Amino acid sequence: MVELSLPRNSKVKQGKTHKAPAGAKNIRKYQVYRWSPDDGQNPSIDTYEVDMDTCGPMVLDGLIKIKNDMDPTLTFRRSCREGVCGSCAMNIDGTNTLACTKDMGDIKGDVKVYPLPHMDVVKDLVPDLSKAYAQYASVEPWLKTDTPAPDKERLQSPEERAKLDGLWECILCFCCTTSCPSYWWNSDRYLGPAVLLQAYRWIADSRDEKTGDRLDNLEDPFRLYRCHTIMNCTNTCPKSLNPAKAIAETKKLMLERR
Amino acid sequence: MDLRSDLARVRGLGSAKDGVRHWWVQRLTAVALVPLGIWFVTQAINLAGVSHAAFKVWLATGANFLLMALLVTTMFYHLQLGLQVVIEDYIHAERAKTVLLVLNIFACIFLAAFSLVALVKVAFGG
Ligand code: SF4
Ligand code: SF4
Ligand code: FES
Repeated sequence: MVELSLPRNSKVKQGKTHKAPAGAKNIRKYQVYRWSPDDGQNPSIDTYEVDMDTCGPMVLDGLIKIKNDMDPTLTFRRSCREGVCGSCAMNIDGTNTLACTKDMGDIKGDVKVYPLPHMDVVKDLVPDLSKAYAQYASVEPWLKTDTPAPDKERLQSPEERAKLDGLWECILCFCCTTSCPSYWWNSDRYLGPAVLLQAYRWIADSRDEKTGDRLDNLEDPFRLYRCHTIMNCTNTCPKSLNPAKAIAETKKLMLERR
Repeated sequence: MDLRSDLARVRGLGSAKDGVRHWWVQRLTAVALVPLGIWFVTQAINLAGVSHAAFKVWLATGANFLLMALLVTTMFYHLQLGLQVVIEDYIHAERAKTVLLVLNIFACIFLAAFSLVALVKVAFGG
């Protein structure tokens, strides 16, 4: 639903400042969104002065340093720290991206870190992705066939395989989905770019035998057609993928089969 | 209280198996409006300042009348489709949404019919 102003208990307040240790010469300021479900307080922006001489170069390195050395209550998700698991997606310097592959050197001024936009917050930088995962499950992202499985692998020509390039690389970080205004307003029914790219990944797979059913499932004014080609998704994808193109290809197939 | 699972909520009432037509016609009307719009603007510039009688002669010409009629119908059709998307995007209360969608259809049909009657009256009226 469209909301033009924040409800009173969501207004963001100025939070605590955590000073750098005495003697630190190379300081970078982090401004981090904090909210806890436990204390009944409004969200706040805490400031952390990170000593860069003892910190790695990526935004995630700074967050880990804060958690280890300055404030163990700071909560965020991360796992692989090399851009393949999708856990550390957050809004950094105004753009959704992965904290582990975002170089602090590319940011001017303070490092501003917020959770992914327009999602419920579990705590601090952790958004609630349950609905997004359910949307992913709703497109049944696995190979479906009626032909009995062959003794060996299911064959695919190099050209057929090439159709999956730009799709299989998606790490389901939901940077794109949470940058999409259509998803902000209509996430109850619109599937969003990440899930639509994943849906197309199976539509485009030459080995799958349920292409028509998959298109049926998407042919809906809300599930698919809420995409208005705003392109935020493609601009923000940290893996340089193009969900808007996958959506356009799906719309083309919808037309082709009429 | 809504205790359905996330998956039940996401699946909701299922796919409407519709939307392609709306999407396609919206694009068709948009494409059609490009030449029609350019034609209209050039004609309007040429006609600026002419007398009512001269304008009547212009409008009563077969090709001009036909293109004007196409322009207004295409335009209001496109407007109806576009406003429908805006209403669906931003109005979430089910009742208000339905009322606005109906009003939108009525208003656009009314405006298109009104324009066509006006064209006939000016071109062929006394
Ligand atoms: S398309 Fe890109 S931004 Fe979207 S979920 Fe996949 S990897 Fe993340
Ligand atoms: S192109 Fe479609 S999916 Fe991508 S941001 Fe725009 S509306 Fe959302
Ligand atoms: S920690 Fe895995 S993508 Fe950043």
